[in-house]
Amino acid sequence: MLAFAIRRLLEALVVLLVVALIAFTLFRFVGDPVSQMVGQDASVEDRETIRRELGLNDPILVQFARFVGNAARFDFGISYQVKQPVVRLIAERLPATLELALAAALFAIALGIPMGVYTGIHRDSWLSKVFLTVSLVGISMPTFLIGILLIYVFSVWLNILPSFGRGEVVDLGFWRSGLLTASGLKALILPAITLGLFQTTLVTRLVRAEMLEVLRTDYIKFARARGLPERAINFGHALRNTLVPVVTVIGLQLGAIIAFAIITETVFQWPGMGLMFIQAVQSADIPVMAAYLLLVALFFIIINFIVDLIYVRIDPRIRVYRREA
Amino acid sequence: MARTTETPPPQPTPSSPWRARLAAALDSDLFYSFKRSKLVVAAAVLALGIVGAAFLAPLVAPHNPHDLATLDLINANIPPAWESQGDHRFLLGTDDQGRDIFSTILYGTRSSLLIGISSVLLATLLGVSLGLWAGYAGGRIDSFVMRLADVQLTFPAILTALLIDGVALAIFRNYRLEGGKFWILVVAIGLAYWVQYARTVRGVTLVERDKEYVQAARLIGLRPAKIMFQHILPNVLSPVLVIATINLALAIITEATLSFLGVGLPPTEPSLGTMIQVGNKYLFSGSWWMVAFPGLTLALLALAVNLLGDWLRDALNPKLR
Repeated sequence: MLAFAIRRLLEALVVLLVVALIAFTLFRFVGDPVSQMVGQDASVEDRETIRRELGLNDPILVQFARFVGNAARFDFGISYQVKQPVVRLIAERLPATLELALAAALFAIALGIPMGVYTGIHRDSWLSKVFLTVSLVGISMPTFLIGILLIYVFSVWLNILPSFGRGEVVDLGFWRSGLLTASGLKALILPAITLGLFQTTLVTRLVRAEMLEVLRTDYIKFARARGLPERAINFGHALRNTLVPVVTVIGLQLGAIIAFAIITETVFQWPGMGLMFIQAVQSADIPVMAAYLLLVALFFIIINFIVDLIYVRIDPRIRVYRREA
Repeated sequence: MARTTETPPPQPTPSSPWRARLAAALDSDLFYSFKRSKLVVAAAVLALGIVGAAFLAPLVAPHNPHDLATLDLINANIPPAWESQGDHRFLLGTDDQGRDIFSTILYGTRSSLLIGISSVLLATLLGVSLGLWAGYAGGRIDSFVMRLADVQLTFPAILTALLIDGVALAIFRNYRLEGGKFWILVVAIGLAYWVQYARTVRGVTLVERDKEYVQAARLIGLRPAKIMFQHILPNVLSPVLVIATINLALAIITEATLSFLGVGLPPTEPSLGTMIQVGNKYLFSGSWWMVAFPGLTLALLALAVNLLGDWLRDALNPKLR
């Protein structure tokens, strides 16, 4: 177990270094950092001074080492566009994205698991067919279209929910939360549904498939033979045994939620990291792009690492297989 | 599948190869399973209809949205023809530049399809080649390619595509990119989706590599490239075809998403995503038609291609026969 964890950790570090190399290449070779910082009329001497101060004349390897060192201390330089330290921009935007992602994940779980259980137990009922058809349409619809549709229905037509922004936020010092005000919660509803809908269909289909499999097993038949009530069988015995893969998939999907937040945040003008990233791409703000890339990579690697470890703990077959390999 | 219905009419001579081939195609298991499902037939008709209309756009479309001379701002923001303020010249209304929505959808679908198909071809070419190479050569090459695939698989494809697109735009930001954006999108989407091909092809290649026919080919001294592409490749084609179909839907959606985010095709050269992005700005002024019709086209196209892909996966799976 320990050897496995260490090996995965080393692999994760290599991946992070590769991503850092990509980010560094971006930072160093796409566009000239100096001309991004000074105005058009800066003299050649001024430019040279800045070059030296930034260490752009040092050997490339030294520069890369410095870049990694700075990144490890969350120092990503200064945004070309906003002229502020990138780390401050990210710290401002991170709570918005995390709150949105969390709400979306909760929505997907709260809706997806019951729907999956229902369609798993009542395979042939018409309601199951409706659920499954809707989920097929949900997979085919691009995220941004769902968002626009929701805005049209609930903001333009019915005019009951806001269509952009976070509403009022409460400053907790290190965290600006929208969860504590009524307008903040109302503003969260549409983006969270938009972001969570794809995951909802995924969870529904997964839970359904797992339920169908578990309900066929002998211990469920035995539970029936013992005369346990349906409720206890379906939820206490069947659902509990489907949860292992479901938890894993939801964990892995957290990364996808962060990535798809870029789209949702653009549709709803939600002031999170995704919106910041897309604005950075549009204006070629390399430091912000590099920082976002590194941060998301770190996030993904941590999630994958945890899921891998959970896997090994839960499923003894993997341990045996790894040992042989 | 769809192609069989498209086969040119048979030659008059009864023993012509065309007729024999058509008869064989109509008699095959694949066509039988195609006929059996009404949903799949409907999806094929829908997909063919959209694709046909899009590629015949210059002939079918009542207006040419690329022709700036015919645009008139007086015609901007006209609702669809059946609304009280509609104009019979513009069936589905006009956008903010006075472009006919119906014609722009036809031309836009053509752009979306061209980008989608080109990027799927690029991803297939790259993924199949790397997969064959990794599986056939084995050893270090294999583990390098597969590690690369693993790393890329940790990130969602849309993020990879967005990143490649963003970097390319940053590199070329000082150049005027008219047709260039098309190729940037193709490369970005193509590079984002090669992994699945490579993994599948590698798996099959690992099995095929040790079979007698490959050993025989090696014994008579054929070059590895010839063995890979002429002997092993035909055995991996059906899973590749399935992946390519499902990927086409994904590629079209990815292109639309990138264009919607403002890093895809420019508004002067609209794709479905660009149209939706522009229309989204006018949603609050009540101009719902600017978003609704391109959005509906995109959703229907993706749904139809997805349904075809699902059917093809089941039909080509020998376990389900």
